[in-house]
Amino acid sequence: MVLLFLPPALFLFTLFVALPMGEAAWYSFYSWNGYGAPTDFVGWRNFELLFANRAFRIALTNNFLIIVVSLAIQLPLALGMAILLADRVRGTATFRLIFFLPYILAEVAAGLIWRFVYDGEYGLLAKLWELFGATPPHVLAEPDIAIYAIMVVVVWKYFGFHMMLYIAGLQQIDRSLYEAAHIDGATGWQIFRRITVPLLGSTIRLSVFFAILGSIQLFDLIMPLTKGGPSDSTQTMVTYLYSYGVTRMRIGFGSAVGVVLFLICVVFAFGYKRVLMRHD
Amino acid sequence: MTSTVARYDTPVTIAPVLRYAILFIVAGGVLIPLIATALGGFKSLGELRVNPFGLPSQWEWINYWEILSSSRYWQLMGNSLIIAVLTVILTVTAAAMAAFVFVHVRFFGATFLLNYLLLGLMFPAATAILPLFIKIRDLGLLDTYWGVVLPQVAFGLAMSILLFRNYFRQIPKDLFEAAVIDGCGYFRFFWYVILPLSRPILATVAVIVFVHSWNNYLLPLVVLNRDTLYPWPLGIMVYQGEYSTDWNLILAFITLTILPAIIMFFAAQKHIVAGLMAGSVKG
Repeated sequence: MVLLFLPPALFLFTLFVALPMGEAAWYSFYSWNGYGAPTDFVGWRNFELLFANRAFRIALTNNFLIIVVSLAIQLPLALGMAILLADRVRGTATFRLIFFLPYILAEVAAGLIWRFVYDGEYGLLAKLWELFGATPPHVLAEPDIAIYAIMVVVVWKYFGFHMMLYIAGLQQIDRSLYEAAHIDGATGWQIFRRITVPLLGSTIRLSVFFAILGSIQLFDLIMPLTKGGPSDSTQTMVTYLYSYGVTRMRIGFGSAVGVVLFLICVVFAFGYKRVLMRHD
Repeated sequence: MTSTVARYDTPVTIAPVLRYAILFIVAGGVLIPLIATALGGFKSLGELRVNPFGLPSQWEWINYWEILSSSRYWQLMGNSLIIAVLTVILTVTAAAMAAFVFVHVRFFGATFLLNYLLLGLMFPAATAILPLFIKIRDLGLLDTYWGVVLPQVAFGLAMSILLFRNYFRQIPKDLFEAAVIDGCGYFRFFWYVILPLSRPILATVAVIVFVHSWNNYLLPLVVLNRDTLYPWPLGIMVYQGEYSTDWNLILAFITLTILPAIIMFFAAQKHIVAGLMAGSVKG
């Protein structure tokens, strides 16, 4: 009788998660606009079109760049703030909350706020430019720099989350190690390099995992900022899926994008856990 | 040297002045866009152009008041609330029941079924969004709350079941044996013993699921066409499109839409931080 507890979860999961995923693999071999049944079998053509497509290549590059920025700028910033806030000195609780605040905001709201910041006429950035007597740029309308403007927002939005992870990790480190290191005359850099980073290893690996997986899936934040434009310069895989699959109702082609995204996520997640997190 | 005793049991020894200088600079970077947004809503468009940073010279309460007295704002909030509450109730119920079975009942295929459900942790909803759209359409759920709620529940199950399962496993099994001896069946044991003991994890899961639903954008975007059903992330994009350069109105609208989340956050910060961290770390 108690096994009746299971069917609601199984049913919903199968219907709305497992089946659609399987169907994505199936549809990706068809050219289909969603009406009637998929009959126009095209083999691998959707995938060939996809990898030959300029906008999709830009999207892949952008996803890669966002990962690089997350790892090279966001995580060090988060770690630095965590180290400054690991000890209960005056004001740490407030600073932690402030830094975590952007993380709880909806991506759409955060994106719109930064669209205002970057606005060439009314925005904060434009005002700063004017102070130096320069003509303010329309940052988000410049194909060459829009993606970098988005990266700033990514760092702003998510570093507080990683900081909280690091703070939790730092609290596990035995404090007498630091004292001992100081007595032995270690420099600040040596302490960071030889104690903090190694003992934070599993936390760092986890945080890198989230940063990469989150970067691969970036979508909500980009829609209010640029919608992937100008001229596809800020597409990511998911905005590409939305612009070229969903809005044009190209079910087969869009499903192919979904399958590629799925494979990247799964291969990354399994590979990463196997290789780097097997001891955690 | 300062008069205070230097502490050496910390990850970093740094002059307090420098520590606070860095913290205040970063905090400024985080807060200035937010504060400018809230203040910008109080300005006239003309003032916003010349003075986007400072306090308004004249507080234009009318910007906020017009939004608050419009049915549009309340409809968006109401839609988001209905969708989020339904999602939380269904996710918590289905996930807690499933997790209970996985912890307390041994049956053939249990491991397989658990792993099957936990597959949901592996990929984002975006990967299957087109087939999901077809499915929702064929079920006749396009342009309904359920078309958003049910898939949200389905995608939230994996993480919720995992969190419940980890928690239920820590509840001593002896309790169950004692209850059975006293003639208590599975259902009553679940309802009268497990659930009351599980308030912390119920709160955690509810917070995570609520926040995800409240902020969700892609799924409602694909499922909902009628703007009377829009949750606020869709509504705010429409508003921004309509008033495209009236930034003072848009900023007031943004402020009012994120206000409930910010108030909730400061009112229940411990639970929310702990909940969101648990959700992502264990999920």
